[in-house]
Amino acid sequence: MHIVVCIKQVPDSTHIRVHPVTNTIMRQGVPAIINPYDLFAIEEALRLKDRLGCTVTVITMGPPQAEPALRKALSLGCDDAVLVTDKIFSGADTLATSYVLASAIRMLHKETPVDIVFTGKQTIDGDTAQVGPGIAKRLDMELLTYVSRISQVDLATRRIIVERRAEGGVQVLETRLPALITMLEGSNELRFASTPNMFRAARATVRLWDRTSAGIEDLKLVGLKGSPTVVSRVFGPTPRAEKAKQIPFDPAAPDAAAAALLEQILAESPRVQEELAHRRQPGVRD
Amino acid sequence: MAEPKTAKPIKKRKVKLDENLLAYRGVWVFIESERGHVHPVSWELMGQGRQLADQLGVELCGVVMGAPGPTLEAQCVSAFHYGADRCYRVASPVLADYRNVPFTRALTDLVNAYKPEILMLGATTLGRDLAGSVATTLKTGLTADCTELAIDPEDRCLLSTRPTFGGSLLCTIATLNYRPQMATVRHRVMQMPVPQPERSGLVVDFEPALVETDIITKILEFIPDEMRDKPQLPYAEIIVSGGKGLGKGENFRLVWDLASVLGAEVGASRAAIHAGWIDADRQVGQTGKTVRPALYIAAGISGAIQHRVGMEGADCIIALNNDPNAPIFDFAHYAIVGDCTQILPALTRTFGAYLGKTQKEAA
Repeated sequence: MHIVVCIKQVPDSTHIRVHPVTNTIMRQGVPAIINPYDLFAIEEALRLKDRLGCTVTVITMGPPQAEPALRKALSLGCDDAVLVTDKIFSGADTLATSYVLASAIRMLHKETPVDIVFTGKQTIDGDTAQVGPGIAKRLDMELLTYVSRISQVDLATRRIIVERRAEGGVQVLETRLPALITMLEGSNELRFASTPNMFRAARATVRLWDRTSAGIEDLKLVGLKGSPTVVSRVFGPTPRAEKAKQIPFDPAAPDAAAAALLEQILAESPRVQEELAHRRQPGVRD
Repeated sequence: MAEPKTAKPIKKRKVKLDENLLAYRGVWVFIESERGHVHPVSWELMGQGRQLADQLGVELCGVVMGAPGPTLEAQCVSAFHYGADRCYRVASPVLADYRNVPFTRALTDLVNAYKPEILMLGATTLGRDLAGSVATTLKTGLTADCTELAIDPEDRCLLSTRPTFGGSLLCTIATLNYRPQMATVRHRVMQMPVPQPERSGLVVDFEPALVETDIITKILEFIPDEMRDKPQLPYAEIIVSGGKGLGKGENFRLVWDLASVLGAEVGASRAAIHAGWIDADRQVGQTGKTVRPALYIAAGISGAIQHRVGMEGADCIIALNNDPNAPIFDFAHYAIVGDCTQILPALTRTFGAYLGKTQKEAA
């Protein structure tokens, strides 16, 4: 069995700062990490490998600087790593990204037939959750999103049973491989890299694939040119027109500030006043 | 949010629609239902869709899908009450419960048959699963988790605004040369319209080309969530939220204390969740819950866009923070600059006295 895990290297969003004047992202010094949601996909693939003895290939589309993310995945136990990188891929939206990744997975499939593709549920930088479904549609695979548990995989019959997070409950779904699975966060706990795997990862070759090796057939469908969505404006938040009312606070008399605040919101916000009125014990004096 | 002066417009690209895309007209809302119940986000979208359709001078249409029967009929009637002019009814036993393949096929076929210029879905697990699949099949643009939707009067394009870079900035995205223009919006981001029971409209039946034996994925079981223990943030009228500014996890107790006196739900910023101070299902913000309470008290929350887009619909926002330059003071209604560990207990005492509750009674 052959499993492909799609990952993305993202800036650690907890470190992102926005330039206060130009409203641009200050990337300098922001650490790059594997998208945290993808770690659940990697772990689930490795668990299947432990149980069933399959090969796990990790793949990403990105700049050459994304290589450490793949090496990290190798150190966790993935067998093979492919970095799909070409300057014509830059500026891709989710539709163009799924086109490139689907092409590359087709090439991997020619080497060894692919049974399961894993992705995280979404990335922390784009937050779209669109690339996984996109790849599934392009490869005509069964799509299983927001999977919290893989309960059964039967390689002989190629049946798989999963639990999927739906609105208001959990769907238990049975389908046939090949399938694309997007893993829900918290569905497993990531292992630590073992020492032998760390040595292996350090020496391993990460395969670099350009447009030709990735099997791209139509150059019009990649990068900025292949992206139907266009970013027309990037901007920072605007302050409310009216400034916040300052309630003076004296650490020596904190209850005075609290009382002043209560008095003001009761006078100025009818909806809050009404909500608080519902909650008042009968017989309380003002 | 209005345009700030610092925003630099990116060079405007001209819309050049292919001949076959010029015929795309109308605004559609996919009406999502799970086990017969329409998700409220669909009606919120109907309210937003009404405005877009009026601006474009086109019809607003709802799309209902499911097993044949009175439920779909009732959903069409509700859609008219919430603003739809027309409803496409796609009935098939294959569509009884949500599965990706038959829903994608039916919605894609419907779009190809009736050609809407805008298609909106709720950003739920179902909506995102379906929207991503339909957009890829149709090879068109999709913008996820929009917080604002508008029409460019010059070229009729849908302008979708959403947080970007993990919620540090906002961006406006357009799908210029492809149709339909697709967008998803999260629950509680748009306002729920007031239903108008006198409204009605036209039901158009669409026969989907679906046979159960062609569908590989089967639903073995549906296990409904236990609702009792879940926090009900989206509909809470009073919320007290805590963030990293509380200093340490133990101080979150002060948030719980105030909430118990107020009969409020407890929320948190992403940073507080990542610090492990509180359960992830209490997160308010772009990747958590969107809320619209009467009163929102933010204690030690800096107010990054990621958090702001989840709570700025609150009627009254009180921000407590010891950093006078915290961005939250830019959009809060009341500000107290000081140490949250002093202010929160003071609020608990004062609100408790006003409501006639001591902390013990409330707990």
